Formats: sequence, C-alpha cells, structure tokens
Amino acid sequence: MAARGRGAGVALGAVEATEAVSPPVATVHEPGEPTTPRVRSEFLYFALRNWKFVLGAAVVLSCLALALVGPLLTDHTPLEFTGPTDQPPSSEYWFGTTSFGQDVYAQFVYGLRAAFLVGALGGGIAWLLGAAIGFTAGYRGGWIDDVLNMLTNVVLVIPTLAILIIVAAYLEVQSYSTEAVIIGLTSWPWAARAVRSQTFSLKTREFVEVARLSGRNTRQIIATELAPNMSSYLLMMFILLFGGAILIGASLDFLGLGPSASISLGLMMNNAFLASALLLGSWWWFLPPGLGIVAIVGGLYVMNVGLDEVFNPKLREL
Amino acid sequence: MSLRVDDLTVYYRSLRGDVKAVDGASFAIGDGEIMGLAGESGCGKSSLGKSLIRMDARMRHVRGRVELDGRELPIDDDSQMNEFRFRDVSIVPQYSMSALTPTRRVGTIAEELLESRGVRFETVRPELVRRLQLVGLSQDVLARYPIELSGGMKQRTVMVLSTLLDPSLLIADEITSALDVSSQRAVGELLVEFRDRGFVKSMIVITHDLAILYQVADTILVMYAGKLAEKASAETVVHGPRHPYTQLLISSLPEVGVRFEETRLAGIPGKPPSLLSPPTGCRFRDRCPLAFAKCEEEPPFVEVGAGHQVACWKAAA
Amino acid sequence: MLEGGRVMLEVKDVSKVYKVGTFGGTRLRAVNGVTFDVGAGEIVSLIGESGSGKSTIGRMILGLSRTTTGTISFEGKDVSALRKAELRTYYADVQGVFQDPFSSYNPIFKADRVLTLVKGFFPGISKSEWDAKVEASLQAVRLDPSTCLGKYPHQLSGGQLQRLLVARALLLDIKLLVADEIISMLDASTRIDVLNLLGDLKRRGLGVLFVTHDLSLGNYISDRTVILRHGEIVELGATEKVFGNPLHPYTKMLLSSVPQLHTRWDAREAHSPPAVASTADAAAPALVAMEPDHLVATGHDGGGSLR
Repeated sequence: MAARGRGAGVALGAVEATEAVSPPVATVHEPGEPTTPRVRSEFLYFALRNWKFVLGAAVVLSCLALALVGPLLTDHTPLEFTGPTDQPPSSEYWFGTTSFGQDVYAQFVYGLRAAFLVGALGGGIAWLLGAAIGFTAGYRGGWIDDVLNMLTNVVLVIPTLAILIIVAAYLEVQSYSTEAVIIGLTSWPWAARAVRSQTFSLKTREFVEVARLSGRNTRQIIATELAPNMSSYLLMMFILLFGGAILIGASLDFLGLGPSASISLGLMMNNAFLASALLLGSWWWFLPPGLGIVAIVGGLYVMNVGLDEVFNPKLREL
Repeated sequence: MSLRVDDLTVYYRSLRGDVKAVDGASFAIGDGEIMGLAGESGCGKSSLGKSLIRMDARMRHVRGRVELDGRELPIDDDSQMNEFRFRDVSIVPQYSMSALTPTRRVGTIAEELLESRGVRFETVRPELVRRLQLVGLSQDVLARYPIELSGGMKQRTVMVLSTLLDPSLLIADEITSALDVSSQRAVGELLVEFRDRGFVKSMIVITHDLAILYQVADTILVMYAGKLAEKASAETVVHGPRHPYTQLLISSLPEVGVRFEETRLAGIPGKPPSLLSPPTGCRFRDRCPLAFAKCEEEPPFVEVGAGHQVACWKAAA
Repeated sequence: MLEGGRVMLEVKDVSKVYKVGTFGGTRLRAVNGVTFDVGAGEIVSLIGESGSGKSTIGRMILGLSRTTTGTISFEGKDVSALRKAELRTYYADVQGVFQDPFSSYNPIFKADRVLTLVKGFFPGISKSEWDAKVEASLQAVRLDPSTCLGKYPHQLSGGQLQRLLVARALLLDIKLLVADEIISMLDASTRIDVLNLLGDLKRRGLGVLFVTHDLSLGNYISDRTVILRHGEIVELGATEKVFGNPLHPYTKMLLSSVPQLHTRWDAREAHSPPAVASTADAAAPALVAMEPDHLVATGHDGGGSLR
C-alpha cells in the first residue's frame, strides 16, 4: 500500500506543476482578448479527445454498469450453494461455479457492487477528511497548521495494514460500510498534505485578500474562493482515493480480514486461494475477480493521467 | 553593418490560429551600437529578440533574413542555430535571475554551461573571475547558491555568464524590470561598460522603460502591435519623435519634477489590437489622433531624416 | 506633523517582527518604529525599494497583518487589534487595491463579482438602488458598464481591472484607499490614467496611501512623501520639499539613480548607498524636523544638514 501512496504522489506531483507560481517579477500583462471559449466547454473539448481519459472512463463505467445491472440478470445469490461444484463456465453458470457450488457470476457482480461501495464510501470519507484538514491547515497556518501537521504525519506513518488487522481482529467487521469507514479514516493523510500545499500557494494570491477585505471569514473563503479554484485537483484526488480504497479493501478481504457474511472481489480471491483453485485449474474462479479489480483501479488511474493532461495545457500535445 | 534584419516575420502557433507577433521587421545595427527595443506589452519586442536566437519552440519563422557580421543566421533551424548561440549571439532572458537553478552552486552552473558548449571550464575560469570582479562581485560568488545572492547580484552574474565568450550580439530582455532603482542604475551602466570594453560588439536592450533606454542606448526602436513604429537615436526618440504613438507614449511618462496639480499628463485611450487577426493598414489607426483616410493602407518604414525611420503617413509626408 | 487639516490615519511607532528559522529562533524586523499620518483628502506616498517594509505597513493598516508593537488609529480609534465584526465596520471606511490585477480576481468567476462581494455591507438594499450605486461608481472611475460587466477577468485589460477594484472601494464610500503598487504591472499608456484617477478622487475628498517604489509616480501624485529603507523612515515631509531638497544620503542616492528623460546618469553624481545599520534590534532613529514639514532621520547613518 505504501507503493500505491508513492505512485499517487508522483501523479500528484505532475498536478502540482500545473499550479506553478508565475515568476515573482513585475510583468506587464497582455491586454484583454475578445471572448474566449468558457473554461467548462474547453474542458469537455479536451477531455473527450484524450484517449486515456475516454478509455479509462469507459472501462470504469462499464464495470459500474455491470455492477448495477448484472445482479438483475441472474436469480442466483452469491452465497447459496446452488449447483454442482467446480464447474467451468457454461450456459447455465456463465462464470462457472466454485468448489462449494456457488455461482461465480453472481459472486462477481455482487462483488463489483461491494467494490464500488467501498471505493465511494471509503474514498469519499478520506476525501472529505483530507480536504477539510488540508484546507484548514493550509489557510490558517500558525499553530493550527503545526498541530494538524503533526496529526497528519502521525496517521501517515502508522502502518495502516497493521492497524486494520488489529481493528478487524477485535471489531468483527460485519458490513462493507464499516470496512469502508475504517479505510477512509486511515487513508486521508497524503490527500491532506497535497491540499495543504496547494492551499498555501493559493492563499498568497491577491483575490483572497480582496475577499478578506470584503468581510469574508475563513470558512467562506475556503468554500467559495479556494475550493472552486482547486476543483480539478480535488477531482483527481477523489479518483485516486476511490481507486486506493478499492485496492485496500481488496487486500483486506484477501487476507480474510473483511466481512465474511457477504461477498467481495477480494474475498472471492481469498476463497479461491484457500481452495487451491490455481492448482485445480479452476481459472474461472479467480480470474474474473482479479481482472475486475485490475480493470476498475487501472481504469481509474488511466482516467486520472488523462485528466492531468486535460487540466494542464503544458502536457497536451498540440 | 553588424546586424541586418530584413522583413523578419515570426508567428506563434496557437489553437485559435497564428498570433502574428512580429510582422515584417527590417532594421540594422552597427558595430558597437546599443539599440533599445521599446514598446508596451504584447507589441512583439520580446518575440523579436527571441527570434534572433531562436529560443522558443512555439515560434514559427515565416519569412525574413538575418545577417550577423556578414553571415546569415539560420534562425529557422533550431539545430543549426545551436552553433551560433552563446558564441555569436547570446541572450540574457527575461526572469534570468530566477532561472539560476536553486539547487546548484553558481560555479557549477557556469561549468555546466561552458562544458555543454565544448569549452573547458578551466581555460576560461580566470577570465570569468576577472569579469566577476569587474562587475563588483567577489570570486566566492562561484561557491554560493543563487538564493544567497541579492537580485542585483544574480542579474550581474547572469550577465557575466552570458557574455563570457564575447558574443557579437547580446540580447538583454527586460533585465532591469525586477530590480530596485539603485541596482537598475548599476546594471544599466554595466551594459554600457561591457560594450565599451569590447566584451560584446552590439546589443539589443529590450524593455518597456524608455527612461532607462535614454540613459543606456544609442538608438531606440519603438514597436507597436508587431510592427516597427519608429527608429532613431535615443535623443531624437525622446525629444523629437515623429510617430504619433511615440509622441503620446513619451508625453504619458511622469518624471520627477512633474506634478499632477500643475501638469495633467494624458495616456493613450483604447488598447492595442489583437495579434490573432490584426487590422489591415496602420495598426495604430484606432487610437491615433492624427489618423486619416490614407492610414487604411499600411505605411512603410521609411527614412525621414538621418538615421531616423518612421512608419507613418503623416510623419513621412 | 500635518499642519492644518484633519488627521485621519495615525501610525504611531509601529514595528513588525517576524519569527523565522527553525522553531522561530531568529527574528526579522521588517518594520521598525514607523510614525506618520495621513490627513483627510490627502495623498501620502510610501516610497521604498524591496525589503523596505512598505507593503507590510500597507497590510497592517488594512488589518491583514498584525502589528507587533505600536498603534494604528483611524479617526481617533485604535484599529491595530480589531477582530471580525469591528473589522468589517473598519472596511467600510478603508479599502485596499493591490499590485497584480490578474491575481486580484478569482479567475473562475466573472470580474464584477468583486462588486457583489461588498453587497453584504448594504443589507436590505433593493436591486434598483444597487444597480444605481454600481453605475455611479463605474462612472467615477470612467469605466463603461457595458464593456466590463458580465465579463471574465481574462477578457479585460489590467487597467480596467484595477479601475474596477477602485470602483469596488468607492461603492463603500471609503475615506482611505491603500494603493499598493497598483500601477506597476500596467502598461505605460494606461498607468497615467489610473494615476490621474487617483488625483481626481482626491479632489472628491478621498485620502490615499500610495505605496510604490517608483519615485516619479510618487512625485507626480502625492502631497506628502515618506521614504523608507529597511523598515525605517529616513525622510518624510511635503513632496516638493523631500524631492526638491533631499537631505538624507539615501534619498539623494535614490534620486540620482532614477532614470530620467531629461538628464543622463553621467551628468548626475552617483551616490553610493550609505552603510546599513547592522543591529536588528536597534531602536528606530529619531526624526528631526529640518524645516517645517520636512523630517529626516538622524543617528545611524548620519543625517543630512540643511543646505
């Protein structure tokens, strides 16, 4: 998971280059130009022409569609022992069955749902926490920044997996929502740091002072002046946190630390592993969940790279 | 003639079409001449300077010829131009003080620069030290990091580095804009000294500050919206300009001694045209108090007096 | 110090000390014992090079930065330690415009949002009244409403943006405008228009604190001038007296280095900058009145004498 953090850090490093500060020298500016296309439509123009963004988004959206619609296409539930054991894919069991006679397809599509739930909830919580702490520390500075910084560093340094193992051992995590919350509460530090450094650079821009001179308080300034300016950054951060949460969740489930009462892609792989599916050659059992995780998370990261090019004109090939 | 520029036209590529940054510039600079290139933002002066050394990948050389000391400069070819850069044509770019790598010592930056040009650092080191002392910097500047130097010191260091191989032409792009008044004078006087000592043959000093050019330059070339407006000796441009733009510009500059209560100075209403689709004819037409019917046709840059060229129908009449 | 007229803003012995270095070990004195005042309807220039503390003083007056010692009084009331609600009331009388017009606008919103930002100062105002006020302030800064309302900042020029910010300040009917290098990023041809605007507003009774590094601008527009160096005042007084008869060696050096259009440098003596006082904790040098309304610092660097 540390590798993931670093990978995300590299991607964000590129984003930080976007908001590069102009040279600290008095310059004389260009006079205004006639009406230029609005920022939003310019975004769409570039986004839809960037193949990485389109490809990544297409993959993620099709997985989402499968997660929403897939369960409706089957009568089987994921955990019921419904059919013959260890069957390869057939017309009745599209993805075959497990060695306990469960329908792999049903497990897969319900597992996709769980993945998206963990991603959205876990990623969402991490995003909110990271943004709130990052903005406050960055804007207020002073001792508030010092305290929050210390808190961030402590949580950052704690080996997340170890904590989660301990928590899982004692807390009996029963639902994916709970797992998502735990993931959210432990993966926000790098997001907070990134937001904090962006806020530092935006804080020195004079429109913040103009807002202060107009009587705006801290909360208003963060919400109405700073956050909208960082919207591209925040969007990309959310995508990375979403993907990261899914990966952490899958890892936890694979280690058997997640909820056992329902099914997820990681748990499928765990079961497959424990039942020696690889040795038995039951590829239909572990391949779909593995590919599913790779598809969603990989698709999200590729989308992010594409978005980076969309938002940062310097990376675009003209 | 040290430098001859003929019909130089350079455009920038952009999504919305070509930005006609420099359109048909023709002028000449003699040996040992310091020419000031003045104008407001967006007039193309920086682009003209950069096109002579070809430092910007977005520029597209459309047409025109540049000759330095009788040899043609391959300004449309990046790799061929490489041979001339730093040795024959050198530049002190805008923001150069901020362009010193913060994580390297100045001496290392100098060494890397020279080695990349195929010059053994050890052979030029004594000369480098001598010149640094000439500009008032001690030898231990080479051992310092850029952040330890003040703005004026950095500017002087970059000037020494850029002229170390005695180029024929030096292009100084807004080198005094970010400096304090006291450093401005020091750097300005340094420019003249470099020329007087023969470190540089001729110079193009690009700035929007006409007052500094009056102090430093022999001749001044005024640009407006990508075109040349007026070129004459510094004295003539400041005290006897013929182009309406130059006249209005000079009269809008406040000086120590001029006070609001006594003399109300006036600016030039309106703003320069967009260079994406500039108007036909004289580009200053819309803001010019002297505009008349003929201005719809573009005025040529012609000589109206000894060493005095203007692009204006009224002035040339 | 101001003879006749009403004193509006009083800056008394103000200092600003920053704690820098690890754990705030070293102290950096940005402003040291500065004392001056601004009268009603008067333009005072704060002139200094970079590092002189002029912008810091401007920010402290605007309440964007706390003073370390000393007091700032506006119309008799101490404003150096205001918070929240009281600060809001203060902003109805005192506003600021800054150096970079393009940085002063939030790029994702329309430019006239800076006007609506101050609507909160007029609770319960009707739309027609508000529109009339906006139109009046735009007229006062000579901006055509049709060319600047509803546009984004990148569609307007630097001069228009700065004027719009002045219009915003005028909406509040302020008494003092702190103009921090407001024209240094504008083109030469528009600079003078914004400067003339300040002069016209002064005739209407507006006081202006004009912070700049450019002596020609200060000389053009201001009634009184304060020359700052390394956070201390070295000379202050009526503009004609300070520029016409500079007494402090630093002022003389500044004036001799300013490039002018009528004389060349070699015709003027180059004055080398006087030695800097090294102690960071020393008290500010005392200001001595050399002639009425013309004070010069004595002490560390040696004051001048009346010629």
